[in-house]
Amino acid sequence: MSDKKPERRDFLFTATYAVGAVGAAAVVWPLVDQMNPDASVKALASTEVDVSSLKPGNTITVLWRGKPVFIRRRTQEEIDVARSVKMEDLIHPEKDEDRAKNPEWLVMLGVCTHLGCVPLNDKGDYDGWFCPCHGSHYDTSGRIRKGPAPWNMEVPKYEFVNANTIKIG
Amino acid sequence: MSDHEYTPKSKAGKWFNDRLPLLTLANHLTDYPTPKNLNYWWTFGGILTFCLITQIVTGLVLAMHYIAHADMAFESVEHIMRDVNYGWLIRYIHANGASMFFLAVYIHIFRSLFYGSYKSPREIIWIIGIIIYLLMMAAAFMGYVLPWGQMSFWGATVITNLFSAIPLVGEGVVTWLWGGYSVDNPTLTRFFTLHYLIPFLILGLVVLHIWALHVPGNNNPVGIDVKKPSKDTVPFHPYIVIKDGFALLMFMIVFAFFVFYAPNILGHADNYIEANPLVTPAHIVPEWYLLPFYAILRSVPDKLLGVVAMLSAILILAVLPWLDTSKIRSAVFRPLYKQFYWILVADVLILGYVGAMPAEGLYLLIARVATAYYFLHFLVILPVLGLKERTIPLPLSITEPVLGGSPNMAMAKKKESKIE
Repeated sequence: MSDKKPERRDFLFTATYAVGAVGAAAVVWPLVDQMNPDASVKALASTEVDVSSLKPGNTITVLWRGKPVFIRRRTQEEIDVARSVKMEDLIHPEKDEDRAKNPEWLVMLGVCTHLGCVPLNDKGDYDGWFCPCHGSHYDTSGRIRKGPAPWNMEVPKYEFVNANTIKIG
Repeated sequence: MSDHEYTPKSKAGKWFNDRLPLLTLANHLTDYPTPKNLNYWWTFGGILTFCLITQIVTGLVLAMHYIAHADMAFESVEHIMRDVNYGWLIRYIHANGASMFFLAVYIHIFRSLFYGSYKSPREIIWIIGIIIYLLMMAAAFMGYVLPWGQMSFWGATVITNLFSAIPLVGEGVVTWLWGGYSVDNPTLTRFFTLHYLIPFLILGLVVLHIWALHVPGNNNPVGIDVKKPSKDTVPFHPYIVIKDGFALLMFMIVFAFFVFYAPNILGHADNYIEANPLVTPAHIVPEWYLLPFYAILRSVPDKLLGVVAMLSAILILAVLPWLDTSKIRSAVFRPLYKQFYWILVADVLILGYVGAMPAEGLYLLIARVATAYYFLHFLVILPVLGLKERTIPLPLSITEPVLGGSPNMAMAKKKESKIE
């Protein structure tokens, strides 16, 4: 093979294989992509929540894109604790100021970043959240402090439409 | 395939066989020479075939009544249990059948580990077996999701989230698996499709597994090659058929006990609560047959490494024929390996136990030690042992120890001299 000069036939074979491979890939792609979120799933992009009834120290859980979102109205004490933590003590360093623009309101996906369970309120070694599945502890800012989860609980895009309504997404 | 030429007796049979040699195949399967010293641990291949057929037949029937939709799945399973004629029986056979399937496959795998059945020339049989085992786990997991109870939903969430540990593309892969931003209806329908497909893939692989087995023939408790056909072998029918049949009957008694007297003991009560994406059950546990691997996953404090450790624990089995450096197959002639074998059995049982317990304190410590030992067994003990171990001399044929009354030649010799 190696000492022979490529012939016209070798070129034809290679060209045929290449066209065949491109064709096969073009056919396979729709079969793969059909499994991605469809238009109807993507359409459920945002949700509005009335938070007027929430007292300090209370949390409500709402469903957004099939996932729970925690909305917590934090007490002053919780805010102080969350803001006084040193960055070097954090597994995934994020300032509380960046996570909760309005310090009284913490809005985040109630999904443990380990394997997706819903952590429990007011539990754990840091008085924030505790994931019962594999023992991840989160602080009052929803930041991971102890356990197998790699990241802090995610803060979704949200905004206050008015004083009593939060729009998530 | 056959060791001798076969000609059907009837003219019609010959006419057909010349065109499609099915009768030659049937004759091969009937006459297939089998080592005559096979013990009852060798009956689990037949038992597993029974399990697969049972799951396919009961599954087919369940699929006639089940509705794969997030809003209706849970109710349709209750409908099967309450309204469908014998629905309770068929569903309990299918649900417990999965457990029985795994019970049998674990005995089958550990038999292979004890008698060295994975060694040359049977590596391909072994690897096909491991692929079947992986597919079984996938099928069992997806089947467990279908009733859409709390354990179904959260089990699906946790297991699919394992893929999010993949660097860079992990999140995209998980979204692709879900068909959404969480486990939901698209996830359920594709799991149902795959759950229906996989048993037939397994069936195809079982054919290859048996085909690959019939090339070198069965290993045996003594672990030495047999000449076939010879006085060392008996034809598969009727000898092995009857023995397999008897073992199957015994197995069915155990199976029936679970189906009729403790149909829910192997399941989890939380799965009779409909799936709720807002509440995670306090304690998520997989089905018992996945617990050892679950314990390994949880014993590693890092997400990615935990997933890697869990997958490695299974995939390491595929390279076992090359990790075990000993040329001697049967543990009967490997006094040290025999001890390490039983330690491994205990280790896996311990992993299974701590996998069911909360991952904290002493349990976590035990899980970590047991995980470390599991890998130590395959990566260090087996390669070194094969080179260092002083084995017991092998008998010349499988008939010799049978006539001498012991699989150990030295013992057999002793007995012979006593008789003399």
